[in-house]
Amino acid sequence: MKVTIDGIEIDVPKGTTILQAARMIGPEVAPPTMCYYSKLKTSGGYCRTCIVKVTQGSTANPNPMPKPVASCRTEVMDGMVVQNVTSPEVLEARKGVVEFLLMNHPLDCPVCDQAGECNLQDLGYGHGAVTTRYEFERREFEPIDIGDKIKLHMTRCIMCFRCVKTAEQITDGRVHGVINRGDAAEISTYIEQAIDNDFSGNVIDVCPVGALTDKTFRFKQRVWFTKPMDAHRDCENPKCTGKTRVWLKGDEILRVTARKDQWDEVEDFICNTCRYDKKKKSDWVIEGPTQVNRHSVIAQNHYNHLNNLKVQVMKQQKALGFMDYNKQP
Amino acid sequence: MGKKLLIHNDHVPNIHTLDVYRAHGGYASVEKALKTMTPDQVTDEVKKSGLRGRGGAGFPTGMKWSFLAKPEGVPRYLVCNADESEPGTFKDRYLMEKVPHALIEGMITSSYALGAKTSYIYIRGEYFYVARIVEKAIEEAYAAGLLGKNILGTDFSHDCYVQVGGGAYICGEETALLESLEGKRGNPRIKPPFPAVAGLWGCPTVVNNVETIAAVCPIVNMGGEEYAKIGIGKSTGTKLISASGHINKPGVYEIELGIPVEEFIYSNEYCGGIRNGKKMKAVVAGGSSVPILPTELILTTAKGEPRLMTYESLGDGGFQTGTMLGSGGFIVMDEDTSIVKNLFTFTRFYHHESCGQCSPCREGTGWMEKILKKILAGHGTEQDVELLWDIQSKIEGKTICPLGEAAAWPVAAALRHFKHEFLDYVKNPQNIKDVKHYYRLNNLVEA
Repeated sequence: MKVTIDGIEIDVPKGTTILQAARMIGPEVAPPTMCYYSKLKTSGGYCRTCIVKVTQGSTANPNPMPKPVASCRTEVMDGMVVQNVTSPEVLEARKGVVEFLLMNHPLDCPVCDQAGECNLQDLGYGHGAVTTRYEFERREFEPIDIGDKIKLHMTRCIMCFRCVKTAEQITDGRVHGVINRGDAAEISTYIEQAIDNDFSGNVIDVCPVGALTDKTFRFKQRVWFTKPMDAHRDCENPKCTGKTRVWLKGDEILRVTARKDQWDEVEDFICNTCRYDKKKKSDWVIEGPTQVNRHSVIAQNHYNHLNNLKVQVMKQQKALGFMDYNKQP
Repeated sequence: MGKKLLIHNDHVPNIHTLDVYRAHGGYASVEKALKTMTPDQVTDEVKKSGLRGRGGAGFPTGMKWSFLAKPEGVPRYLVCNADESEPGTFKDRYLMEKVPHALIEGMITSSYALGAKTSYIYIRGEYFYVARIVEKAIEEAYAAGLLGKNILGTDFSHDCYVQVGGGAYICGEETALLESLEGKRGNPRIKPPFPAVAGLWGCPTVVNNVETIAAVCPIVNMGGEEYAKIGIGKSTGTKLISASGHINKPGVYEIELGIPVEEFIYSNEYCGGIRNGKKMKAVVAGGSSVPILPTELILTTAKGEPRLMTYESLGDGGFQTGTMLGSGGFIVMDEDTSIVKNLFTFTRFYHHESCGQCSPCREGTGWMEKILKKILAGHGTEQDVELLWDIQSKIEGKTICPLGEAAAWPVAAALRHFKHEFLDYVKNPQNIKDVKHYYRLNNLVEA
């Protein structure tokens, strides 16, 4: 099937969605996603950030589709013509969606563990407005523990449903879900029941924002001060491949996550033992440093470079007559 | 006096019982269809009749039925959407309350046409007493051999069940209804696949409104062509209109499609004019989600032709100068009505009923409500009015289900036709009257 996205034609097999076709072409035309996850069935369609305009339905029926469609859930037809970044209408609509997503988001990035690897930060940076027009009180929830290793900050949640689908499809049983309706809807467990099974930790990895965080890593370090390395071990769990990414500060493993691909999606889901309990370097066979996009904040992790920065700051402080706070009395 | 086909017997005492209903010609369509017609012939009659969905969208029923996938060995279902939650609409309740057998008769005939062995009537939670009436009627039908195995001695068997919902507006959306019927959270599904291919429990399903299903009986009785003679053009047959608001005679009226709107509002046979001799200000013609129109545009189209009660005439001019027939929730407002307050009521409703699945609707509906509340509290600015327009444009058409549109259209129409009123509230907050009274009525905390 031939489909044209932003003027680039590509041949894709039947059953491919517009989003997958766009990702085959490359990141320039791929719409951003917040809720779609290729590894999870029936995910997508909720956040509406991936909406595109279909200017020609197919060769057989060349009429345009009346409304923008969610590219993650719409399958391509032969001869379909799609506009993503070339359509100002789509970009405007996407800006609207980003505004809606950020409307009730606390923007507490400075104290959020997800900062630096947050999809919502990227989305806001790429598609959002500089200020918000929302002037009313934001929705707030108390952070709760779901299980002994996972913290849920519902205030930061954007209701992508990824964690619900992960629990349903990857783990043995789902004990959390969505309660309430509309803008009062929240992810929660039934009467604070603990999420407790050997794959539950994956909900942390699929969460696009800082709503679900790893309690063994919380507040330990900003992610851009850690160094990601690909590693593996022989995992006893038959469902777990043991292929992970360890995040190091010096020689210390601060956290273990699953490996993520170009689209920030987990490659292999990992078990809780690998994630939480194996924090010694001797537990792992380190393969080498992870390839990180040059523009990612995580790639800024050059210690020498940071040292230079520190010296410069001190120089400036001295020049301005500040006290030297770094000197111990 | 227009022709009545659905509620012509509603004045007969005890018409809700099977005996009286049958004595007045009830269940004739079941006898006719099951004994003398094939299922395809029934579908053909419905196609010929030009019957259009009475739930709001106005999709041709015959076409919807012909889309139903019919794979071998897979059960098919008919689901009756009795989750009538659109503010201003109460026709289905009236029909089910007064003549419940009309619905059951339609269910049997339609199921025969579709080859459905099981059907469900999904009634909204608030209508629990209506559900009892319908359940009673179903019991009677089972006892008389009109439901169950080998209906009327033919080899057609059919079971009909009543399911009461929890009272969510969103469950009136067909896929959310199916989810709720399956026992899940009533969230709309992402389409495709459409219910005609994969509906209830993944099987082909037709979801029709109460009135649509009831209208199948007269179509089978009189023949599709005869039915098509009633009405104008593509709007055939009769339609139940729930008239409410500042009129002398609110109530449910069965009209022949094609009567002028002016006649419907002012004639004594129907609404009987505006209450207390006041002037009319605006009309919401088809349930709260359709665009509101000012008097001059509801009585005549932009071209100056008189507007008729048909799908086409009310839709004339698109949303710029037209509206929709929708579900037939006809709300008339007199000159004293505040459009801003009215819009706040509508927006509050949609905010409360948004399911929370997709972001524009989940966040946008609440935002619009808050801005309107701010304007009503006298703190609004001109930017707020502009912002309101911008928000609605960013919700409309970008959501999974039509609730986004339903929330955005009333805002857009009110701003399109009554922007001066919003600006007046913004510039002269002293003109906002009776807000305290309004808040008390709606159990609101003052802003």
